[in-house]
Amino acid sequence: MSHITHDIFFAIARVQADYSRCIDDDRLEEWPSFFLENCIYKITSAASHREGYEASVVFANSRGMLTDRITALREANIYERHSYRHILGMPSILGDEARGVRTETPFMVARIMLDGTTDLFATGRYLDIWSIGSNEPKLAERLVVCDSSRFDTLLAIPL
Amino acid sequence: MSQSAEYALSPMQTPQWPGDGLTRIPYWAFQREDVYALEQTHIFQGPSWHYLCLEVDIPDAGDFRTTAVGDASVVVTRDTDGEIHAFENRCAHRGALICLDAKGKGRRDFACVYHAWTYDLKGKLTGVAFQKGIKGKGGMPPDFKIAEHGPRRLKIARLHGLVFGSFSADAPDFKGWLGPEIEPRIGRVLAGRKPVVLGRYTQVLPNNWKLYVENVKDSYHASILHLFFTTFELNRLSQKGAIVVDETGGHHISYSAIDRKASSAGGEYAQQNIRSDSKYRLADPSLLQGFNEFGDDITLQILSVFPTFVLQQIQNCIAIRQVVPRAPDRTDLNWTILGFETDTPEQRLTRLKQANLVGPAGFISMEDGCVGGFVQRGVKAAPDERAVLQMGGSTAESSESRVTEASIRGFWKAWRAQTGI
Repeated sequence: MSHITHDIFFAIARVQADYSRCIDDDRLEEWPSFFLENCIYKITSAASHREGYEASVVFANSRGMLTDRITALREANIYERHSYRHILGMPSILGDEARGVRTETPFMVARIMLDGTTDLFATGRYLDIWSIGSNEPKLAERLVVCDSSRFDTLLAIPL
Repeated sequence: MSQSAEYALSPMQTPQWPGDGLTRIPYWAFQREDVYALEQTHIFQGPSWHYLCLEVDIPDAGDFRTTAVGDASVVVTRDTDGEIHAFENRCAHRGALICLDAKGKGRRDFACVYHAWTYDLKGKLTGVAFQKGIKGKGGMPPDFKIAEHGPRRLKIARLHGLVFGSFSADAPDFKGWLGPEIEPRIGRVLAGRKPVVLGRYTQVLPNNWKLYVENVKDSYHASILHLFFTTFELNRLSQKGAIVVDETGGHHISYSAIDRKASSAGGEYAQQNIRSDSKYRLADPSLLQGFNEFGDDITLQILSVFPTFVLQQIQNCIAIRQVVPRAPDRTDLNWTILGFETDTPEQRLTRLKQANLVGPAGFISMEDGCVGGFVQRGVKAAPDERAVLQMGGSTAESSESRVTEASIRGFWKAWRAQTGI
């Protein structure tokens, strides 16, 4: 994608770094602001993605639904406290379309429970569409495609 | 041989159930390897029926899908005559898996990769590679009869698009086993329409399978553990409901419905789904803006068939949960999220949104996936202590109150009958 400038690549890489830092630092209330108001966010598996299944483990088609997820985590749901550590690869620029720039970024996420138990929680890739405006890129769509279709019993914090 | 080694090799004593009732559950039932092994032989390979897959998973001749009945890997196939068959995924020769794929189409037979022993779609052995040897040398002895060998084949029962199987020739008639109350409630959700699989995933539970099944049958915990609806002050319409426990105790239905009578008595409040003075509101309440799918006022119906099948209707979120024991303290929960061919695009979108209610990230069920692990860890040092199951009395009968543990007691009634413990 030679017509996509290095500036755009760096802008996306930079905001992705901010995205994972936001989650890992437990600033979840800021997490929806990485998305457009009209957005898609899904967590699914590679097998389901290949199969074309519509339903996923997490589904949102508005920023409001992302906000609700965080409110529910903070106020309603009961679970053991834990945190993530995201390690992201470099975004691969796949194309440029009406909704924005398409990228794929591999990730690994470790989960750290309150007692210190640390597990490799998920590996996968973000399949994204970034809206590039005058400000920093925003996610029009983020499909979190986990490599395994076996999910740990608790997927509370977003990936 | 040392004395301790002899002891280790001697068969374990059958565990003794404390008392003769259902109100005390010993924690060793969730821990012991020998109990787990006994369950495999007496329940999973015994005279019970186990959910295998959906008919729509194998619509055409030559389609297959692998599934699990307890520890056993099972292949389910559609034969050329349209019949469904299931057989143990274990080569009759040396025991290797016959089929390594999760699903597939267009099969005429299955050949074991190890020595190419070949099976038809019924699971019958049809060929042994080099049976006659090569150039008159080697090969199987002349009295070897192919027809006498093969993996175990399961009996099949089909109901409203669901496929069940049993390893046991002694399995009772399927509909009779379900009893008069369960079948129509399965039909309420599935009869007369073709399901579409919208999604699948496996939730890995860190606990014994029975702790999850107990949770499914536990209507007492719902409003205490799950605070999603109460926090957002959702669904404030007055609810009525009941628990139905079948005669064996093993199957159950828990449902809640809008109580129109109580709702109208409540005045204008009855018209409100969301209370106006709620501190927390959904930023996007479309999650719960469902449609009346069944022509009744039942908003929730959780149905279980002993031992490990669950059919769920939570508003418009329809799902099948298949519970697969993997070890005494580990269980796979296989979710299949369903829509139907007749869904409009709007209805389909509602189902996708409401799928957020369930699974490992589910607004109202993420706690269910964890609480079994809390028990597993909590009772680790207390195998001979017991859980108390006295809510609603000591029997396993249907009840109009959901503040009861009757259906959990029912599960143990059926479990004890099958395991002989």
